Amino acid sequence: MNASFDWGALLGDANVRSVLLGSMLLGAGAGVLGCFTFLRKRALLGDALAHATLPGVCLAFLVTGSKHPFVLLVGATITGWLGVAAVNVITKRSRIKDDAALALTLSVFFGFGIVLLTRIQKTGAAAQAGLDKFLFGQAASLVPADVLLLGGVTVVLLACVVLAFKEFKLLAFDPQFAATIGRPVGALDFLLNTLTVLSVTVGLQAVGVVLMAAMLVTPAAAARYWTDRLPVMLVLAGTIGALAGAIGAVVSMTAPRMPTGPWTVVAATALFAVSLVAAPRRGVVARTLRRWRTRRRVAEENVLKTLYHLGESDGVWDAPRKASDVSGRRRAKTAGVASVLPRLANAGWVERTGEAWRLTRAGLDRARRVVRLHRLWEVYLTERLHLAADHVHDDAEEIEHILTPELEAQLEAALARPRFDPHRQQIPYDAPVPASAAEPTVVP
Amino acid sequence: MTLDDRTPVRPAMEDGVPPLRRFPIEGVPPLEVHDLSVAYQRRPVLWDIDFAIPPATLIGVVGPNGAGKSTLLKAVMGLLPLASGEVRLFGEPFPAHRQRLGYVPQRESVDWDFPTSALDVVLMGRYGKRALFQRPNAADREIARRALQRMGMAAFADRQISQLSGGQQQRVFLARALAQEAELYLMDEPFAGVDAATEQAVLELLRELKTQGRTVVVVHHDLANVPQYFDWVLMLNLRLVAIGPVNEVFTAEHLRQTYGGRLRLLTEVTETLRRQEQEVRR
Amino acid sequence: MSPAFWIILTASVAAAACALVGCFLVLRRMAMLGDAISHAVLPGIAIAFLLSNSRAPLPMLLGASALGLLTAMLTELLHRGGRLQQDASIGVTFTWLFAVGVILISLFAGQVDLDQECVLYGEIAYVPWDTWTTSGGRSLGPRALWILGFALVFNATWILLAWKELKICAFDPELAASLGIPVAAFHYLLMGATSITTVTAFESVGAILVVAMIVGPAATAYLLTDRLGHMLAIAVGLGVASATLGYGLARALDCSIAGAMAVVIGVLFALAFLFSPSHGLVPRAWHQRRLADDVRAGRAGPIVGQSPDAA
Repeated sequence: MNASFDWGALLGDANVRSVLLGSMLLGAGAGVLGCFTFLRKRALLGDALAHATLPGVCLAFLVTGSKHPFVLLVGATITGWLGVAAVNVITKRSRIKDDAALALTLSVFFGFGIVLLTRIQKTGAAAQAGLDKFLFGQAASLVPADVLLLGGVTVVLLACVVLAFKEFKLLAFDPQFAATIGRPVGALDFLLNTLTVLSVTVGLQAVGVVLMAAMLVTPAAAARYWTDRLPVMLVLAGTIGALAGAIGAVVSMTAPRMPTGPWTVVAATALFAVSLVAAPRRGVVARTLRRWRTRRRVAEENVLKTLYHLGESDGVWDAPRKASDVSGRRRAKTAGVASVLPRLANAGWVERTGEAWRLTRAGLDRARRVVRLHRLWEVYLTERLHLAADHVHDDAEEIEHILTPELEAQLEAALARPRFDPHRQQIPYDAPVPASAAEPTVVP
Repeated sequence: MTLDDRTPVRPAMEDGVPPLRRFPIEGVPPLEVHDLSVAYQRRPVLWDIDFAIPPATLIGVVGPNGAGKSTLLKAVMGLLPLASGEVRLFGEPFPAHRQRLGYVPQRESVDWDFPTSALDVVLMGRYGKRALFQRPNAADREIARRALQRMGMAAFADRQISQLSGGQQQRVFLARALAQEAELYLMDEPFAGVDAATEQAVLELLRELKTQGRTVVVVHHDLANVPQYFDWVLMLNLRLVAIGPVNEVFTAEHLRQTYGGRLRLLTEVTETLRRQEQEVRR
Repeated sequence: MSPAFWIILTASVAAAACALVGCFLVLRRMAMLGDAISHAVLPGIAIAFLLSNSRAPLPMLLGASALGLLTAMLTELLHRGGRLQQDASIGVTFTWLFAVGVILISLFAGQVDLDQECVLYGEIAYVPWDTWTTSGGRSLGPRALWILGFALVFNATWILLAWKELKICAFDPELAASLGIPVAAFHYLLMGATSITTVTAFESVGAILVVAMIVGPAATAYLLTDRLGHMLAIAVGLGVASATLGYGLARALDCSIAGAMAVVIGVLFALAFLFSPSHGLVPRAWHQRRLADDVRAGRAGPIVGQSPDAA
C-alpha cells in the first residue's frame, strides 16, 4: 500500500463504505454466535458447517440459475444445517466420536460441493466466475444491495441472541438442568444451530467457505481472555470479529485480486494473539507474572520460616544468622538464600548486621504465621484425614503459603486451637517475647 | 460385554430371596416408579425398578459404581428414553408436576470455567418459573440472593464460578436447587469431594428441607454415614435390591446383595456401627 | 497403459496410505487433528516451493512435516500454556496457518506453480502426464505414484514394526503408559506420519479432500469390526473401492475426480452407518425393539454380578 493512498476519498465512496460496513457486520455476527459454539465445546462444528455450505451454494445456482445472494444464502443455509444434523446424528447414533464425525462431514460435503462446482465450471466458465469467490471470499464484490440483505440478516441474528440470551446461556452451561425444568432443549438447540448456520452463510461472500470456521472460533477464543462475564464476552467477540472483517475488506479493496478470507483470518488471529499474551488476569503475561510473584513470595517465606526455626532451636529469636546458616538448615543453595535476604531487608522483614541478618518484629510475626499454618495443616491432615505423621510435611510445605486468613481461622476453630503438631512441636499463636527480655520458649 | 440378550437369563439372585417388602406410604407419594427399565445400546442398565417414596423423607440411593444410580435419576426426570415403565410425580405422569421437582446434577457435569457468576447460576433455578425468553425479575433475584445466603455463599455472589472451591461450587448448585422452591429434590452425589464445612452445610439443608415437608432423593457413595444421614435407603445394582427405612433394610444381607462380595469388610463395619447405635438408643 | 489406469492406481495408493494413518487417528479420537494438519501443511508447501523453486519432493516433505509438527505443538502450547480448550486451540491454529498458506500462494502467484484450485481439490487428472523418466528417456510411471507409493510403504512399515505397541496405544493409552511404552513418542510419530501422508496426497487430491480419505474409510471400517487388524484391512479395501468408484462417477458426471471420491466415501460410510450388522442403525433398532419386547414378556434379565457402565 503506497503512502499517497487517498483514504479520505476512498471512505467517501458509497461502494467502499458498504463493503466496509458489510464486512464488519458479518464479522460481528459470526463473532457473537461463535461464543456459544466455543462455550459448548463445539468450536470445530463451525468448520464442518462452513464447508457444508458449499454444495448448497452450488445447488441453489444449479436449480434456479440465479446468483442472487438471497438464493445462494438459502441454499447454503439448508446444506449447512444438514451438515450440523449429520454430525449430530452420527455421534448420537453410532460409535463414531465427534472428531471423526466432524472431519468426515466437512470433507464429504465439501467434496460434493467440489463435484457440483466443477460441473458448473464445465457448463460455462462465465457463470461459474461468481461462485468461486465463495471459496476464499471476496469482500470487494459486495454491492450495497448485498450489504443491505446480509446486514439485515445479521441484525436479525443479533436480535435473536439478545431475546433468547438467558435460554442460550442455560443451554450452553447446563443443558441437562435446562431439560429438567422443562425447557425445550431440542428446539433451543435447533434455534441456536440455525442462527449459527446463518451467521456462517452471510459471511461466506466476504470470508469464504474454507476459512469461515475461523470467524466462529478465533474472536470468541480471544474475547474469553478478557472477561468472566458472558454479555461482555459476546460484545468483545463481536467487536473483534468486526475489526477483523474491516481489515479484510480494506485489503480486498486495495489489492482487488487478493482473496479476502485469509487476510480476515490473519487479522483475527493477530487480535487473538494480543489477547492471549496481554489480557489481564487470564493472559499469559499476567499469569506468568503471578506465578513468578508467588514463587518469590514462597522463597521469601521459606527463608523467614527458617530464621524462625533457628530461633526456635536455640531460643534466641533475634540473633543474627548468616546466609549459610539458613541454607544449611533448609538444605538449599546458599546463593539462593543470599539473593532473597537483601530483598527481605528492603521490605523490612529482616535487618542486616554486618555479614548476618536477623528478624525484625514484623518479620518474626510473619514467620510465625507461616510456621503456624504449616503445623496446623499437619494436625488437620493427621487428625481429619488420618494420614501418617511422617507423610504430612510435604503437603504442608505447600499449603503454608496458600491458606487465606479466613481459612486459617476456620482451621483453628475446627481443630480447637491445638497446642502441638504431630511431631510434638509447639504451634506458635502468641508472640514470643524477644530473648533479651525474657526466657526463651522451651521446645518440648 | 458378553451379554447375549437373545438368551433369557434367570438371575440366580431371585431364588431364595424374598420379594421386595412394601412399606406403607401415607398420602400421595411424591415419587413413584413402576416397572422401569433402561437400556443403553443393547445393555440393560436398570432393570424392572419398582418403588414409591413417602412425603417428607430423606432417601439415600446407594450401590456400586455402574449400578445405575445416576441413570435412575436421569430416567426419572425423562432425560433418558425408557425401555419400559412409568414415572409418576405426586400421583400423576411426570410432566404434569415438573415445576415441583428440583435437580442437583453432579458437580463435574458442567464446565466451571464458564463465564458467569455464582448469583447467575443460582438465578437459573428461577428460569423454570418464567416463560421462555422472559427475564427473571427483581423477586427472582431476591430469592436467588437468599438461597446463596442460606448456603453461606452471600459474599461470593459476584465471584466468577471458576474462582470457587469445589465445596463452594457444590453449595452454588444447592442454592440453585433451593431457588427452584421445589417439593421433591433429586441430588446426584452432593457430598462428593466437598470439604467438611460444606458437608455439614449440605446435611443441615437436607434436614431443613425435610422438616418443611419436602422429599429429597440423594445419590450417595459413602456407606458409613448412611444411617446418620438418611431416613430411607434405596439399594440398587441394576435391579432394586431393597428400599425402605434405613434401620430395617440397610442390613448386611442387603449390602452383600448390592455390592456382591466386594465390600465384605465395609459391610461388617457398617453392621457393627449400626448395632452400636441401636444399643445406644436403647 | 491408459491414463485411467494410472489415475485409479495413484488414487488407490493414496487412499490406502491415508486409510492406514486414518485408523489410528479415528481410534485415538484425533481425526480433527488430522484435518488440522492437512490444512496447516499448506504454508510449509508454499515456502518449500518458494525456496526450492521446484516441485522436488524432498523440500516439500520437509516443509510439510515441519508445519505438521508445528501444528501439533502449537495446539498443545495453546491448550497447556494458554489454557485454551482443546477444540478451540486446534481451530485457531490450523485456520491461521492455512490462511497464511493461501496468502503466500496468492502473493507469489507468479513464482509458485500452485493455485488455489490445486490447493482445494488437487489435480489428479494430470497425474499420468507428469512422469519420471530415466536419463535414458524411459518412463518410470507417474511421479505422484512414486511419491504416494513411498508414503504407503512408510506407513505400512512403521505400523508393522510397532504393531503390538500401537494396538495398546490405540485402545488404552493409560495402560500403554503404565507398561512403559513411550506414548508421547507414538503420538508424534502418528502426527509425523499424518503430515507426510497428507503432503504426498495433497498434489493429487487437495488439502481438504485428503481428510475424507483419511477419516472416511477408517470410520466406516470402525463400524464394521472390533479388531484392529481387520479394521486396517477393511479401511484399505474401502479406500481402493472408493478410488475406483469415484473415478467412474467423475467420468460419468464430468466433474472433479477427487470430489467424486469424497462423495463415494460418504456414501459408503452412510451404508455402514445404516446397515452394519454389528453397529448399524437398522440392526440395532431391531435389537432394541426385541429387548423391549423381552422385558415386557419377562423373558430377559441382566446377568447378576455384572455391572455395566452407567449410560
